[in-house]
Amino acid sequence: MAVEDDEIMREFLLESRENLLGLDRDFVALEQNPRDRAILSRIFRCVHTIKGTSGFLNLPALEKLTHIGETQLSRLRDGEILLDTHATSALLAMVDAVRRVLTSLETTGAEGGEDFTSIIAELAKIGQSVPAAAPVAAAAPVPAPTRETPPAPEAKPQVTPAPASPAPAAPASPAPAFPTAVEAPAEPAVPNVAETAIRVDVALLDRVMNLVGELVLARNQILQYGARSTDTALVNASQRLNLLTTELQACAMKTRMQPIGNVWNRFPRVVRDLANVCGKSVHLELEGSNTELDRSIIEAIKDPLIHAVRNAIDHGIENAERRVLAGKPPQGRLRLRAYHGGGQVNIEVSDDGGGINVEKVRARAVERGLVASERAQRMNERDLLQLIFLPGFSTAESVSLVSGRGVGMDVVKFNIEKVGGTVDIASRFGHGTTLKIKIPLTLAIIPALLVTSGGERFAIPQVNLLELVRLEGAASRRGIESLHGTPLYRLRGNLLPLVFLNEVLDLPGPGPHADVVNIVVVQADEQKFGLVVDGISDTEEIVVKPLGKELKQLAVFAGATIMGDGHVALIIDVLGLARRAHVVSPTRERTLEERPVSAPASGVHREPMLVFRARGDARMALPLALVSRLEELAPSRVERAGGRDVVQYRGGVMPLLWLVDDRSRATRMTREHPLHVVVFTEGGRSVGLVVDEISDVIEEEVHVQAHAGSADLLGIAVLAGRVTDLLDVRGLIERHEPGFFDRRGAAA
Amino acid sequence: MTDTLQLCTFVLGELAFGVEVKHVQEVMRFQPLTRVPLASSNVRGILNLRGQIVTAIDVRARLGLPPLSDAQEPMNVVLRTADGVVSLLVDDIGDVLEVGAADFERAPETLAAVLRDIVHGVYKLERRLLLLLDVTRVVALKETGDTDASSVGDAA
Repeated sequence: MAVEDDEIMREFLLESRENLLGLDRDFVALEQNPRDRAILSRIFRCVHTIKGTSGFLNLPALEKLTHIGETQLSRLRDGEILLDTHATSALLAMVDAVRRVLTSLETTGAEGGEDFTSIIAELAKIGQSVPAAAPVAAAAPVPAPTRETPPAPEAKPQVTPAPASPAPAAPASPAPAFPTAVEAPAEPAVPNVAETAIRVDVALLDRVMNLVGELVLARNQILQYGARSTDTALVNASQRLNLLTTELQACAMKTRMQPIGNVWNRFPRVVRDLANVCGKSVHLELEGSNTELDRSIIEAIKDPLIHAVRNAIDHGIENAERRVLAGKPPQGRLRLRAYHGGGQVNIEVSDDGGGINVEKVRARAVERGLVASERAQRMNERDLLQLIFLPGFSTAESVSLVSGRGVGMDVVKFNIEKVGGTVDIASRFGHGTTLKIKIPLTLAIIPALLVTSGGERFAIPQVNLLELVRLEGAASRRGIESLHGTPLYRLRGNLLPLVFLNEVLDLPGPGPHADVVNIVVVQADEQKFGLVVDGISDTEEIVVKPLGKELKQLAVFAGATIMGDGHVALIIDVLGLARRAHVVSPTRERTLEERPVSAPASGVHREPMLVFRARGDARMALPLALVSRLEELAPSRVERAGGRDVVQYRGGVMPLLWLVDDRSRATRMTREHPLHVVVFTEGGRSVGLVVDEISDVIEEEVHVQAHAGSADLLGIAVLAGRVTDLLDVRGLIERHEPGFFDRRGAAA
Repeated sequence: MTDTLQLCTFVLGELAFGVEVKHVQEVMRFQPLTRVPLASSNVRGILNLRGQIVTAIDVRARLGLPPLSDAQEPMNVVLRTADGVVSLLVDDIGDVLEVGAADFERAPETLAAVLRDIVHGVYKLERRLLLLLDVTRVVALKETGDTDASSVGDAA
């Protein structure tokens, strides 16, 4: 008996939870279209079911609460009264109360002693309240039409909805005459869902998934054995096993997939409540609710998404007056869009609000000490927007109830990155902001490139992969410019830092006579670099398995996978590897590291520096991060325009700044040797710095010493044991090309 | 006496160890291992135990003993610990013994530190001394932190 009751109770809880999720969405839709009878009937059915079952299960508080809700809903449905903001709020309060009771039932098994009298009183007011509660309702501008209805509540309203309403059950007009009779046909609609779907414990699905993974491995072994065998029966059977297993694997994967709509269902309610709190009007658009994602990922992105939505409403969308002043419709638009693309799920949260003021971001970042002011001045718009993801950053003018406590986008980014996703932000000041999230379809199985290094096999997740470069013969020797321990490869003219996998992992290198260099170009956190491996085998779908706790600290590995032959291969965590190899640190780290640097002209920091010879014999250096390309240009390409030397470069005109003395310039122009040009590009404009010779790229601690010798220098430092002038590139370029590092300045 | 324990025993060089049977999941022949670069020298590699990735700990290295000769393959003692399944690589497996609390004594202070670090104490058996292994200590690898910490230090 008791066991049976338990079963019923569990079933009831599960079903009610699901129904409530739909309710939130329906209520908000209803508020916009208060006469939609289809929605009203659906809400009514749901509350009716809960009421009925709670009576059966002897849950008096829940029954009482839903009873009054049901009564009012039936009046709403039958058009006796019209839904207004007050009614919606009262009904939503009821839904919340029901949810609390359900939670209490789940955790304690009892209803919990909560007092619902005020909620019940509010619900009771819905019907008769309109004239009496007018002052209360007056607070909201919406209920205006409702006040006109009470004089003839039964006759008027339902005439209008009749043609528009898609009510399937009966023609709309006769309904008000038989308010009770409608309840009966409503009932059978509920069990329909249950006929095509069953609920399965997630733990069971996970086990099925694991077992299928095992089956795949066993299949692979059989296939290898079968391939050697001459027994046709065995070969046929193994091939059949192969097909079935593949299909089974795909199906098992699918069982874990859920439409993102399961999370989005909550959003209409969240948006409505938030907009009310913030005193704004927001229209929510959901696109691609059917996009499917692995269950574990859905869980992981739920909170970040809510956070992003909150941000958009609280900080992004302006209030109605300001919107009208800016020439926008008074109601703000928030759009959630999900779609599959590139083997990933893309989610966009965009608003048409005020956008992000990058100047404010710049000032704020400096004020908070997140980035040195000198660097902040140098940063472009895109980099500045990335600062929003730094911990402790918030541009909200004030701390509001909803958000603005400085925990925000960094948490969003952290949570998304935890599941292997990426976050990007784009914003046009005055026009709105779009947050783009990319996440893998599933965490359990990922496509990966298999490589070998130092005699071991490793898997590199496909998400990090950009391209593969293979240098053979002479090219392999000339291709890699190993300058003072920092190997670089010129990938289509751009400098690509190289990392030798075997060196980072302390593995033996390939023989000294290896004639082939394999470069896997990867990207981690905006940073591109080339990973040099001994061999590249294949791309494969691999099952990601966690490493034991003893190995978790090794940030260079993301896990392990079992190959077809049963052996284990480690999966490389590209970001972890990049950090270990000291490839130029990602923005987040770069800015944090720079914090102790108080003044630009003194202090210690570490970043790769491009070392070159210029102005006769001077050894100079500038931060490699500023350089976009290194070019060699024939002197014949140099033309004169506006009293300056320019070259035609990438469809534009690039001015040249000579960092060589005049005599040297004259001789260079007459010779056949190419000019060495360091190219800087900002906001679509380029400037070339002509130097005598590119000598080296050095990454070491730079001890800057103040130096007043020349206006073009930031100071001097000892790099690789030699005194080197640090060029003030920014200052130099700004003097010749005012506004180069500041696009708005250029436009003015 | 109720104060008896069932111990799964194994040997490492001259030393005999016991571990409570309740911790032992299974005992296996040597399995091919995948080396884990940058891991502690006490980690010999990882292996595939029916689809689960299990870390194999080289107890000889942990104790500072010389490695086994190439001809000799170690055995796996697979333990269930609070932090998951871990395999200990040992020279050879012994019998399951029942020992009494009366024969137990805490590890003497003069015992080598590396050894005292991973045992609860000693059972005085008739013919030999049996060291009772502390399962949580033996899988706790001090060295692992160091390898990564050094890289962090470099970066700062």
